[in-house]
Amino acid sequence: MGLSYRGHRPPLSWLHLTFIALGGLVLFFIVAPILGIYLKSTYGEIAEVAKEAEVRDSIWLTLWVSMAATLVFSIACVPFSYFLARKTFPLKGIVMGIIDLPVIVPHSVAGIAILTVVSRDTLIGDTSEWLGIDLIGTPWGIAAAMAFVSVPFLISAARDGFAAVPERLENVALGLGASPLRVFLTISMPLAWRAIASGLILMWGRGMSEFGAVLIIAYHPMIAPVLIYERFGAFGLKYSRPISVLFMTVCLLMFIALRLLASGKKNAEG
Amino acid sequence: MLKVESLSKTLGSFSMREVSFSIDRGEYFVLLGASGVGKTVLLEAIAGVIRPDAGRIYLDGLDMTNLRPQNRNIGLVYQDQALFPHLSVRQNIAYGLKCHKTRRSALKAEVVRLAESVRASELLDRDVDTLSGGEAQRVALARTMATKPKCLLLDEPIASLDTRSRGDIRSLLRELNRQGQTILHVTHDYEEAVSLATRIAIMEDGRIVQDGSPESIFHSPKSEFVADFVGIKNFLRGSLGPATEGEQLREFIGPDGISIWILSDEEAGPGCLIFRSEDVTISIEQPVSSAKNAFKGIILDIIPAKIGMEVSVQIGVEISALVSRSSVSSLDLQAGKTVWANFKASAARFLCA
Repeated sequence: MGLSYRGHRPPLSWLHLTFIALGGLVLFFIVAPILGIYLKSTYGEIAEVAKEAEVRDSIWLTLWVSMAATLVFSIACVPFSYFLARKTFPLKGIVMGIIDLPVIVPHSVAGIAILTVVSRDTLIGDTSEWLGIDLIGTPWGIAAAMAFVSVPFLISAARDGFAAVPERLENVALGLGASPLRVFLTISMPLAWRAIASGLILMWGRGMSEFGAVLIIAYHPMIAPVLIYERFGAFGLKYSRPISVLFMTVCLLMFIALRLLASGKKNAEG
Repeated sequence: MLKVESLSKTLGSFSMREVSFSIDRGEYFVLLGASGVGKTVLLEAIAGVIRPDAGRIYLDGLDMTNLRPQNRNIGLVYQDQALFPHLSVRQNIAYGLKCHKTRRSALKAEVVRLAESVRASELLDRDVDTLSGGEAQRVALARTMATKPKCLLLDEPIASLDTRSRGDIRSLLRELNRQGQTILHVTHDYEEAVSLATRIAIMEDGRIVQDGSPESIFHSPKSEFVADFVGIKNFLRGSLGPATEGEQLREFIGPDGISIWILSDEEAGPGCLIFRSEDVTISIEQPVSSAKNAFKGIILDIIPAKIGMEVSVQIGVEISALVSRSSVSSLDLQAGKTVWANFKASAARFLCA
């Protein structure tokens, strides 16, 4: 009987130790500020701000608007991602570039850009006003700003997920008499589900953490990042830190819960 | 029933050129060719998964070249089975039934019936990733048969299976064909072709180079490629006698009652016998040797082969022996001469039908 590879793992070389040390530095860079903000805050401070209606409202607003923006945009983004994964067409490279554009545009610029097309006297602004939707200074505008900066995360993840689904499975389903829509809903979507869910979580998380673009489109009603910024500007670090901790804790808990939920299903990668 | 006319398709550096053939209802048609000659592309074109560059496909006289795959009523089973990994065996089999709007009440019973028909009843509640290759292939067959396809297309259905599963799937496919299912099966394995086909076509470099009964392909390969590819020229249909206890030496009764001794542990019954011409020796006198098979016959023809000379001997049936040029001259072999053709029982291989 042969020994397993695991049993014969070679000792770590200096190169590997160097890589581990570098990785440790990066991890420390991420963990230290987060840990620091927790260690500097006391339970009493956090409980105090949790009692404030303004704080609670802003956190709730941030959560539901980012969630709503994600779900509404997913209706268009998920089928579009499938199309991108399966089809080649002229100028596909340019389309892919456009999708990634919001990632590199500075977020304050994104806010100004959105404002340019949704303000009154523009086609979108007038149309939405006619529909009774006011985009400036409302949750609608917040959702638009959040979606603008976060939509590439969903499309990229879903596109990769669909690309990993073997086309052969879809062909077999078609051969068994399924319509293309049925194939999409019963084969492609379930098999790409984990990637789509990951994209949804990323889009939601990125939207929730947006500050710059939202600040320009809708300072009020205040989402949590704007409220934290305002408290910092008006009262300083001591007063903005407990809200930051509270908001981050809520976000972390939701992030972990959704990740656990999404990891339960099988997908194309098994 | 299924007619393919001048079908062509180019995919990158590969091209399938002007492929034409037709399959009658109830036929078991095997397309034999080396890997990478375009067999899968051909099946996918017939199933409608890929669009051919040129040519037409007819099913029962209806031109279905431009029909969508879901409207063709053609079943395609891939070598890797392509079972839906997120569904159970039961859900896989039910998939096509649901697409055809089978009533809920009938669905369950139909899935059970299909599973029974492929001897997969005990697998129904399993996850597909726990199935062995043979089990997965049975489930894939049941899933495809659920839609009652007019023609079943099989892409190397046995190639990746272990020996025992191969036998199981072969007998299952024979059974399906006996029940009237028309089958188009592609493979690179001549034994698979011989043991299943009622008709064989040989595919070379994207074209069909020969088409006919297994006998005609094996006895009269039209080109060097076909001869090289099938490799074995001695091919006899007949029946294997029962085994006697403790003895694997069995009697095979071939055409015109010719009796050949072979070593086999296959089940008794109809089938075919193959043996290589390299294993047949020619002698002038009856040999005294361990070779169980020695037949007196008349040389019909001697033709140069790629290596050596091929001697055709009529021993009741025509068999072929490959001998060296020096043997031809030293034994003074020539057409019309009476000789003995000999081969060992272990040189012949029985494939049950």
